[in-house]
Amino acid sequence: MQEFLQYVFSGVTNGSVYAIIALGFSMLFSMTGLINFAQGEFVMLGALGMISLWKGAGLPLPAAIVLSTIGVSAVGLLLERAAIRNVRKPHPIVLVIVTIGASIFLRGAGMIGWGKESYSSPAFSRQGAFEVAGATLLPQSLFILAAVLLIVFGLQFFHRRTLTGKAMLACAISKRAAWLQGIPSERLVLLAFALSAGMGAIGGILIAPISMSSYDMGMTLGLKGFCAAMLGGLGSSLGAVLGGLLLGLLEAFGVGFFSSSLKDAIAFVLLLGILYVRPGGILGAKVVKRF
Amino acid sequence: MNRTMSLIGKSLAVLLIGLLVVPAAAWCKEPYKIGGLFSVTGPSSFLGDPEKKSLELAIDEINARGGIDGHLLEAVIYDTEGDPGKTNLNASKLMTKDNVIAIIGPSLTPTTLAIVPLAEKQPVPLISCAAGILITEPVKPWVFKTAQSDVLAVAAIYGHMQKKNIKKVGIITVESAYGESGRDQLTAQAPKFGIQVVQAETFGAKDTDMTAQLTKVRSAQPEAVICWGTNPGPAVIARNFQQMGFKIPLYQSHGVASPKFVELAGEAAENIVLPAGKILVTDQLPDSDPQKAVLKRYVEQFTGRFKQPVSPFGGYAYDAMMILAKALEGTEGKKDAVRKRIEEVRGLVGVTGTFNFSPQDHNGLGPDAFVMVQIQNGKFKVIDQ
Repeated sequence: MQEFLQYVFSGVTNGSVYAIIALGFSMLFSMTGLINFAQGEFVMLGALGMISLWKGAGLPLPAAIVLSTIGVSAVGLLLERAAIRNVRKPHPIVLVIVTIGASIFLRGAGMIGWGKESYSSPAFSRQGAFEVAGATLLPQSLFILAAVLLIVFGLQFFHRRTLTGKAMLACAISKRAAWLQGIPSERLVLLAFALSAGMGAIGGILIAPISMSSYDMGMTLGLKGFCAAMLGGLGSSLGAVLGGLLLGLLEAFGVGFFSSSLKDAIAFVLLLGILYVRPGGILGAKVVKRF
Repeated sequence: MNRTMSLIGKSLAVLLIGLLVVPAAAWCKEPYKIGGLFSVTGPSSFLGDPEKKSLELAIDEINARGGIDGHLLEAVIYDTEGDPGKTNLNASKLMTKDNVIAIIGPSLTPTTLAIVPLAEKQPVPLISCAAGILITEPVKPWVFKTAQSDVLAVAAIYGHMQKKNIKKVGIITVESAYGESGRDQLTAQAPKFGIQVVQAETFGAKDTDMTAQLTKVRSAQPEAVICWGTNPGPAVIARNFQQMGFKIPLYQSHGVASPKFVELAGEAAENIVLPAGKILVTDQLPDSDPQKAVLKRYVEQFTGRFKQPVSPFGGYAYDAMMILAKALEGTEGKKDAVRKRIEEVRGLVGVTGTFNFSPQDHNGLGPDAFVMVQIQNGKFKVIDQ
């Protein structure tokens, strides 16, 4: 029982991080139909930026978190303006290649800026680990879970209740129709980029005290986040959360009941299986439109 | 016009004086060419960069003494970038075009294994700076190495456990060549020390949370846990270990023996025990330690010249050059003689340890190349063996 609970805690912690990254993927996809493979690099920038501002520059923690998130959102904006928008023939495959290029570029920039070393960050609160029926739960895990819930409900509120959010949904349904209605779709795409980059940054910031951060952390996390988004159904924010948690739990149970060397394989095999049966993911549309 | 003439005259005079002053030996004897292959750039530059610098340091030191039998040393160093293909190319260049007497390096086990057949075929003496046990076991006539093997690190850890009366251990190793090798040695040597490995887990180098693996290890009820990896994974494990409230000791491998690990793991690093090269604790060694003087001189020279802290890795190249220098004496640069003389090197006190080569042992190090240290108040403290 104690072990089972520990696996659950471990799975939920990792899964929530995957969910935050998946939310970024998912949101941008529903808005622009684009899968941004630089999402993992935003996670890295968020984590390293926060550590530099907090531990390096000595800013108070909330200021470091906010500044780092804003900074990474700005990088997202810049990516859209400088690279994505200037593509002459914006075929989806070309855009995907552009984002892969951007991810390599950002990783390189991270390596030059922070070096090849790893950095660590102290936990956000001095509170020690909680003990629940013999299993330990970190306060940081609760922070992460709370952040996921906050982001999901925030997004729902934004899309349902605000004019900008509604305009974004309209764009997602049909960019051309929205444009004919006088909705500035280009500006909304910019906003979508900034929001999804910011979400990636928040994921990185939350994960920094649990794991070690380095310039190349984005690749694995980006891949897992993408996996979670696909699992839940691209374009659905609830699906992203579900996919993330499922992936995290599967990994933890995979380690616990099978073997730790099979950890990554179990999750990816399941992903393949689900996509074979339900190509749109668990909560996605049954029929997917290919690019 | 006049000024130009006098300038030319002066330079000529300086040149002539220079010709007369330079020792005759340096003029009439050809320099010995030594090849170097290090991963100076790329992901393993933390190994290759200090190794290249240390080789240059050693060569300058020997040349300042007047070289070997009147021959000055000349280094030809290529960057392997940690890539076996490039290493192979550069190695054949060193052997055929540059005609080096011997090669020092490469920095990694895979790159070394890639050129072992070349060195054997050519043949040319090769002194590798990589740790893999496969390099010198089985013994190949032309291949030597200066880095301590995992065998010694595992023996040091198990030796310490034996004294603490620990009989059951759980191990958790990284999924890489380093972790695999450590895992093999840990399981293979355990019976010799009366120790039983009750649970063996692995972790990915980029994993963010290892509590699941540690939970599984805990359920097997070991008396101690050994983690085998290089930064940053082991630091995550140290933190998880502390958070989960383990009441048993945690051992780490020599792969984290650097202040960086303490910085990453923070408070969770306290009381962790690990084997480390003596260079990490030079100041704490007793004056009776034969390595102390060598270590002090190396540390002073390296930090003085390159303005960066020493790492244990640079010592591998430094030692390799010192071994080669001893072997070169009186051979007139004949490769076969050099090879034989390396096997005869005994009691050479280096940065890494005391080398005693023999035709059966091409690593030459004993368990005394490691000391067991414990992290106390963020510092590495030597604990009695």
